[in-house]
Amino acid sequence: MTMTDFLTVTNLRARIDDNGTPKEILRGLDLEIPPGEVHAIMGPNGSGKSTLSYVLSGREEYEVTEGSVRFKGQDLLALEPDERAALGVFLAFQAPVELPGVNNANFLRTAVNAVRRARGEAELDAVGFLKAVRAETKRLHMSDEMLKRQVNVGFSGGEKKRNEVLQMRMLAPSLAILDETDSGLDIDALRIVADGVNSLRGPDFSALVITHHQRLLDYIHPDRVHVMAQGRIIHSGGPEVAHELEAKGYARYLQAAA
Amino acid sequence: MNAITTLQAPALERFIARARGDVSVLRGDLPTRAVEAWHYTSLRDVAKVPFEDAPDADFEAARALIDAHFPADLNMARAVFVNGRFTPDLSTGLEAFDIAAFSPGSGAMARPERDAIAGINAALAQDGLTLRVPQDVDAGRLALISVDVGQGRFSTHPRHRIVLEDGAALSLLDLNFGSGAYLSNPVFEIVVGDRARLTHAKVQDEDCEAFHLALVYADVATRGLYDSFTLTMGAALSRHEVHAGLLGGHATVHVNAAQLLDGDRHADLTSVITHGNPDCVSRQTVKNVLLDTSHGVFQGKIYVDRIAQKTDGYQMNQALLLSDRAQIDSKPELEIYADDVRCSHGATVGALDEEQLFYLQSRGIPRDDARAMLVRAFLTDAIALIEDEGMHTLLDAAVDAWWARRS
Repeated sequence: MTMTDFLTVTNLRARIDDNGTPKEILRGLDLEIPPGEVHAIMGPNGSGKSTLSYVLSGREEYEVTEGSVRFKGQDLLALEPDERAALGVFLAFQAPVELPGVNNANFLRTAVNAVRRARGEAELDAVGFLKAVRAETKRLHMSDEMLKRQVNVGFSGGEKKRNEVLQMRMLAPSLAILDETDSGLDIDALRIVADGVNSLRGPDFSALVITHHQRLLDYIHPDRVHVMAQGRIIHSGGPEVAHELEAKGYARYLQAAA
Repeated sequence: MNAITTLQAPALERFIARARGDVSVLRGDLPTRAVEAWHYTSLRDVAKVPFEDAPDADFEAARALIDAHFPADLNMARAVFVNGRFTPDLSTGLEAFDIAAFSPGSGAMARPERDAIAGINAALAQDGLTLRVPQDVDAGRLALISVDVGQGRFSTHPRHRIVLEDGAALSLLDLNFGSGAYLSNPVFEIVVGDRARLTHAKVQDEDCEAFHLALVYADVATRGLYDSFTLTMGAALSRHEVHAGLLGGHATVHVNAAQLLDGDRHADLTSVITHGNPDCVSRQTVKNVLLDTSHGVFQGKIYVDRIAQKTDGYQMNQALLLSDRAQIDSKPELEIYADDVRCSHGATVGALDEEQLFYLQSRGIPRDDARAMLVRAFLTDAIALIEDEGMHTLLDAAVDAWWARRS
């Protein structure tokens, strides 16, 4: 395995408490994403795709029992979720969380400035923030009215995804993890998500696109595609893997891995 | 009950000795928890203390406390009471208000013969704000600042009487703070005339060794509005008790509150809202944020008279428990004798939502800041209920200061 010193997941095992009994979901997962690349992970339901995204972003409920995750030379698993965000990890949620009583603009400004502070950058004042956010909302065809609303409260599915993309662009991550961001999206919303990722593509930006379908990958062209099953990566290849999966299903890979 | 005798002395004996008013109103005992209205709040610690007369005011100490609690840039007239006494030297902007001299016998609404706490105030009150807003006059905003400061165990018993004549309006900011181990025992007698509108925003931020036992009597006439919000953050033990009467048709009463408690504090919000006429509206949202081993109490009674048809009553009590050892007691009560009414009430208790916390953290916001944001969000809709929007900023700032102080 080559050490790119960007994201290296080695023999990762993680479990969750399932009504008192620990249930292992990640079972020795290896994954390497070099800087500037977009990788896709595809796999059947229950293969552990969402768990991987939560473990990488630091959700507490998951207990890592073995293995390591190195990100930009650091032990990612030792960091709090906010420290991971400051280091450049961004998770686009499958189901963005509603925050009643929290104003969307205030939330975004607090987040941006927390990250800037942690990265040693100057915080944005009200005017600077407004200028930056207006440029982004315009780009995403979002109305300013969405900034005045409570975070994700009463948002349509498409609006929630736009809001995720807005956050992603404002927080300028170096690793975006998209957790089935395409689920339940119409074609317009799908394009917005894809444009959001594509607009950030460059030598300092990588993405891990977790998806159930080929559809999103028609808009975000991955450099590599990984097939995940039973908590492990069982096959990796080029973009052609996604097409093969779409045409022939998972059975072939599952048998080969068994 | 033998428990009653334990509460009799020495506080009450000392109150009787100090009383300048009618001592007969003190011939009861302090209520014990055997009394239904005091089931969740024990006055045991109050009863033990022979509270003395308040010492002479230390102006510099009072001024320093006011500077710490009252935003300097706040352009608002203020009536300042130090240790229960009106203090002109610290008050400003009162020329525009119709304020009369205090008269000891003016308490007609409080029922000292029925209520021990009202009785103590009736017997010991020496001063208070007597304010009248004339017919159809909008008097704007006024801060009523009560500062108790001094050594030893002393008590203050101001009695404020606020009358809004028909069509009048006033926005009152009622601030309570101090330094020491005192008992603050204010009583408000409030009359809101026809079409008159009173905002009563209270902040109780007393010393952590102090007691605060407040009573508010508010009568609201036809189409009048009593719009109150009480933010409770301080005192070792406190109770804010409201008796609101809807005395004319289409009158409205809001008894909203937030209790933010840390340490071992105990705070009680008790209200009795009496719908005595048809077509009246009462609204009550009471939020509790409870840390450490604090204890919040909510008792809310809505009484609907037989003639009070088309009553619209709403009552909600919510508690956010931020510690395993914090506690909330909630007792909503509806007593309805009319048959065509709409009354609803509810209560919720919960912790902060882990999913929301993770979402905020995943956006780079440190955990304690994320907690603060969610606590503020929990309180937002309650504070937003105050119709005078100028008060929102003030209360928001008080909440922020509280959070910063305890963390």
